[in-house]
Amino acid sequence: MNTRALPLYATAVIFLLAYLLCWLQFPNILSTRVIGNLLTDNAYLGIVAVGMTLVILSGGIDLSVGSVIAFSGVFIAVILRETSLHPLVVFALLLALTTAFGAAMGFLIDRLAMPAFIVTLAGMFLARGTAYMLSIDSVPIAHPFYKTLQSAYWLMPGKGRLTLIGVVMLLTVLAGMVVAHKTRFGASVYALGGGEATARLMGVRQGRTTMLVYAFSGLMAGLSGIVFSIYTGSGYSLATVGTELTAIAAVVIGGTLLTGGAGYMFGTLVGVLTMGLIQTYIVFDGTLSSWWTKIVIGVLLLVFILLQKGLLKLSQSRLA
Amino acid sequence: MLLTIRSLTKTFPGTKALDAVDFDLAAGEVHALLGENGAGKSTLIKCLTGAYRRDGGTITLDGAQIDPQSTVEAQEQGIGTVYQEVNLLPNLTVAQNLMFGREPRRWGLIDSRALRAEARETLRPYGLDIDVDRDLGSYSVAIQQIVAIARAVALSGKVLILDEPTASLDAAEVRMVFDVVRGLRERGLGIVFVSHFLDQVFDLTDRVTVLRNGRKIVTERTAELDRVKLIEHMLGRALEHEVAGQAARTAAARPSLLEFRGFGRRGVVEPFDLTVGQGEVVGLAGLLGSGRTESAEMMFGVRPAQSGEASDAQSRLDLSSPRAAIAEGFGFVPEERKTDGIVAELSIRENIILGLQARRGWARPIPRAEQNRIADDYIKRLDIRTSGREKPIGELSGGNQQKAILARWLAMNPRFLILDEPTRGIDVGAHAEILRLIRELTQAGMSILLVSSEIDELVASADRVIVLRDRRHVAELDGPRVTGAEIMRAIAGGEVAA
Repeated sequence: MNTRALPLYATAVIFLLAYLLCWLQFPNILSTRVIGNLLTDNAYLGIVAVGMTLVILSGGIDLSVGSVIAFSGVFIAVILRETSLHPLVVFALLLALTTAFGAAMGFLIDRLAMPAFIVTLAGMFLARGTAYMLSIDSVPIAHPFYKTLQSAYWLMPGKGRLTLIGVVMLLTVLAGMVVAHKTRFGASVYALGGGEATARLMGVRQGRTTMLVYAFSGLMAGLSGIVFSIYTGSGYSLATVGTELTAIAAVVIGGTLLTGGAGYMFGTLVGVLTMGLIQTYIVFDGTLSSWWTKIVIGVLLLVFILLQKGLLKLSQSRLA
Repeated sequence: MLLTIRSLTKTFPGTKALDAVDFDLAAGEVHALLGENGAGKSTLIKCLTGAYRRDGGTITLDGAQIDPQSTVEAQEQGIGTVYQEVNLLPNLTVAQNLMFGREPRRWGLIDSRALRAEARETLRPYGLDIDVDRDLGSYSVAIQQIVAIARAVALSGKVLILDEPTASLDAAEVRMVFDVVRGLRERGLGIVFVSHFLDQVFDLTDRVTVLRNGRKIVTERTAELDRVKLIEHMLGRALEHEVAGQAARTAAARPSLLEFRGFGRRGVVEPFDLTVGQGEVVGLAGLLGSGRTESAEMMFGVRPAQSGEASDAQSRLDLSSPRAAIAEGFGFVPEERKTDGIVAELSIRENIILGLQARRGWARPIPRAEQNRIADDYIKRLDIRTSGREKPIGELSGGNQQKAILARWLAMNPRFLILDEPTRGIDVGAHAEILRLIRELTQAGMSILLVSSEIDELVASADRVIVLRDRRHVAELDGPRVTGAEIMRAIAGGEVAA
């Protein structure tokens, strides 16, 4: 068995165990309603985490995504309020914009040989600032098409609702899996994360790959922004502060090595759902403060970092 | 000829790395490229693989002139390279590594089944039956090396450059890789083999080319080559040239200070025994990559020994880290003065005081007056030429920097001082002074391990010389046997006409 896949199995086992514990205490938690809500409530996080997974696999990081989601919401809300464009047109505009934004950051990271941390930190302030400039207040979205999107769902057995945005999230994860595991671009991303110098020797076009990775992350952040605006029905420049960090946490809990080169897209989905499950448990319990979510996530993160370090040691000692 | 290089020239600011070098490689030949530090081996290879642009000369492959701009382009033209380390990605599977960049696809997506099948097919001629779905990093270095060779051959298929491919392999693994190389020779590839291990060169290669200081010295058939002659070519020193005025060697038995028993580290230096006497200078001789520096670093705990033990008259010594070694009274002046020795921005005083202060702990600073006294004392004793003790050490000449680093260790009063190439890159005057200093220190009772690539230097200062070859301590010369000729013979090894 590949030691590389162990964190993924660990994540899956932890998720199933946690679900089992929750179920023992609250049997209702194992219903399609709860599962439907889990997908809906975490749709925007799941989508942005797919982009983040690819970035982290390449050995980088993207701090701008939280701000880009907020910017997206405000951008959509303001354009829909000011013009008569159809939301689908606005979506296309927005996705082009955020993809280009990501590509520009990727270009700078590669060309200036700057740490991704700094470049995307600048991007984070830039996107958040632009959102403020568009509107400081929360802007409601009243377009009738939005009503359609918000009420679109498939009824699952047990009366759970599989909403449109939940489906979008699942499809995005699927697309992410294909990109990461089934394309030469994906192979280049893993190669870069494994070692830049070696990757170059093996023929990876580093500049192009880096740019595409951040463009992909920008695209995912834009899509996540659309989903978030459907979820909340408004655009607000103060929304999703710190979401980039939550996404990074989901990626790491999902078993991806923070230093890059190892991990699975599917693990990220499990990571997102694990975090959502903790939140759900707290809602079910009713007496716990929601801050417990943060504490449990913190502990989980620590456990996973230790697990990865341990696995690394294990694989090295086997070689020596 | 498969590959012909004519008057290849490459200049870096200040040095001519390659000066009109000629080199030929026939199909079905393993051709060794040898040379010491700065000979131009790696520059030649980098010009061949497109990592460097050449300044002059021609490279002809299969009758056509080539001018590769990148390693990828060189590969496409037929020149593949396997390096000592960074070759492939340990985080990808064997199959992914082998097929990287030319993965079979179906409907635009990678076809995993075909990928595995083609990878197995690529490995078949090498007799390697491994699970191609496992991470490359989970296999031994030898297998990784063979996979790297398989990939390079599959991509380029004419010329294979092996740049110290065996540097981190043990004997059995070396045999495994050599079998693969011999198989490729049968298949008609031209193979350039770069190695520091002379036994391997004689074992594997058909011809040898020696470079020195950017010039081609000689190309000969390996079978007709005399080992001592080869060493002479590499070191640029004729055997009959003897140094007058050797250190007067006292045959008298010295009280032993330290004993190393079975001291070794896997893949770095084979276990050796060594006794160091009180006030003795023990020299370590050998070619680049023979394990000289590695032995020294092991004794100082930089890369701690995995087997054996060290002891003095009273007890076992803990040499598990430099910090532990310092506590046992060891000192170490490293080879790379600029990166491992000095802190260029700090003053001479601060550089000298550094070791002493580190041992005291940073919570108890040495009083400034005391620091000044120590610094001034050593500046005077070692004759460090400077306008004052507060001058940044980076502004001093190499020889004076070296003296300041020596002062750092002397201030800590070690009983055993390891000097790795203490005279590299310093001028003749300072060179003589450092050798004089070594003698003075041993007269005061300090023991010294002198690692040097300069045989004259060892003959002039060492009481005893240990010769290393291919990571083994192969000879110990003392008394009247410490001569240039004896050392060179021991370095050459094999059957040598006396």
